[in-house]
Amino acid sequence: MAVGSLPTATLAYAEAAPAARSRAWRKLARNPAAILGTLILLVVVGTALAAPWIAPHDPAKQSLLRRFTPPVWTAGGNPAYPLGTDQVGRDVLSRMIHGARISLLVGVLAMVVSVLVGVTLGLVSGFVGGRMDTVLMTVVDVTWSFPQLLLALAFVAALGPSLVTIILVLGFTGWERYARVVRAEVLALREKDFVEAARAMGMGSLRILAFHILPNTFSSIVVLSTLQVAQAILAEAALSFLGVGSGRTYPTWGQMIALGRDFVSVAWWLATFPGLAILVTVLAINLVGDRLRDALDPRV
Amino acid sequence: MVVCVGVSLVTFAILQASGDPVALMMPEAPESDRAVLRQALGLHEPLLVQFGRFFGRAVTGNFGNSFFHRAPAFGLVMERMPTTLILTVLAMGLALLIALPVGIYSAVRRGQAVDQVATGTVFLGQSMPPFWTGIMLILLFAVQWRLLPVSGWESWASVVLPTLTLGTFTAPLLLRIVRSSMLEVINLDYVRTARAKGVSEWLVICRHALKNAALPLVTVTGLQFGLLLGGAIITETVFAIPGVGRLIVTAIRQLDFPVVQAGVFMLAMVVVSLNFVVDLLYVYLDPRIRLR
Repeated sequence: MAVGSLPTATLAYAEAAPAARSRAWRKLARNPAAILGTLILLVVVGTALAAPWIAPHDPAKQSLLRRFTPPVWTAGGNPAYPLGTDQVGRDVLSRMIHGARISLLVGVLAMVVSVLVGVTLGLVSGFVGGRMDTVLMTVVDVTWSFPQLLLALAFVAALGPSLVTIILVLGFTGWERYARVVRAEVLALREKDFVEAARAMGMGSLRILAFHILPNTFSSIVVLSTLQVAQAILAEAALSFLGVGSGRTYPTWGQMIALGRDFVSVAWWLATFPGLAILVTVLAINLVGDRLRDALDPRV
Repeated sequence: MVVCVGVSLVTFAILQASGDPVALMMPEAPESDRAVLRQALGLHEPLLVQFGRFFGRAVTGNFGNSFFHRAPAFGLVMERMPTTLILTVLAMGLALLIALPVGIYSAVRRGQAVDQVATGTVFLGQSMPPFWTGIMLILLFAVQWRLLPVSGWESWASVVLPTLTLGTFTAPLLLRIVRSSMLEVINLDYVRTARAKGVSEWLVICRHALKNAALPLVTVTGLQFGLLLGGAIITETVFAIPGVGRLIVTAIRQLDFPVVQAGVFMLAMVVVSLNFVVDLLYVYLDPRIRLR
């Protein structure tokens, strides 16, 4: 951002940011991959929100009479169960529609937890510096060297599986990236003219952090957080698959795939469709996140 | 060393987070018996003292006995470690075998058909849950075509699908890094100079460009190992491979915490020592870095 070249630095920042941002949005709006990703996401989010109304059947309703009904386009399929039924006769499509809620909820909330923790620690670490910085960065290094899935697995197991546990554990094992990036940006921004101008105007450290430094780290945070939602969805699915997910109360995509693993030789559709749902959702988020990075970060 | 303490702190915290370990060990015993055991295990002492003792034991490989197997947890983990390491090394090898040539080629032919297909595949690959890939491979190769076994780790044939699963999980990210680090160096002055001197294209790429692109590649390969071990846990579960990952998953279901702790600790140690090796490799790869 060309802040230093303009006379009143704070004013320049305030004016330059929206211009750059709208340019980024326009660039994004013209990108076919980003549009496609956004459309898919809208459909998935809409499905999740409207799950109880659009799901053709009760996801928990069992019927041994129609167990292992194959998808409608194969021999023996039933139009009432387009994607078939599982080993106790539950409708796969309805379960997938309800599963979308868990995946998105966990993905987004885990990201929010990570952002809150990571951004706060990154701001503090970069702005305060000194011993605080050393300690925090050591913590980051240690967490970094731990395989995330392993850590999440162990803690979900120890705390007992529940939706809240999953969200917190995934949130608390994914914040290091934000801390690192925000810290690096704060270190660079701290020396900028507009920060000095703000200080000269008599602003306190907290106000400078909140109103002048934090807004300038937004674009990196947005990119990182989009991609993290995708990763959290994958991680949640992996945990459910391993049997330490959010419990048995709700159907989740990972659980459905785990079930499909057990019946892989008799009912191929059980594992295939929930996996496709994960693939499409995560792909859409990754597409949007990647194009967002291209649009927001002129360096790449 | 700091990382080592950190890792044991986290592992120690796992047990603390689970609540009362004595209640797990003897679920039906009366409170008076539990108190005796707590005394015997030193669980009444302050946390810091307990952690000190845990750390002292952990570095010597003593994690206590498995609640379930009635055998030292450390031994159970080490028994299965080779399987997990073989799986990860094979997968990493496969991933590099795919990522290096394809990544280099798509960097050299940037924007052309091969590059676009490769970039698209990377996206797809990064969005695919590894356990699902594994099951799809089972569906095709084991159920549909009956070419390879569904699970196990006994024959060479049974190694193929797990390696494919874990390899294709790792390849996309590596490919991405190979491509971007090659792109970074391929238009630099010394590469152009080499070309101008009349060095053959093949030599320019291998000798001049790749050597300089190797540094970020090594970093990511090192970091990838943590992710790869996470993937190994999943792959071992999908294919019922008797490795550390599956041991941990089973132990978690049985609330067998000594085994969980030993497994998590040892896997983390593998990652930490690999990162150390990567740091050493830097010095060799980049003459600008010398140990202070």
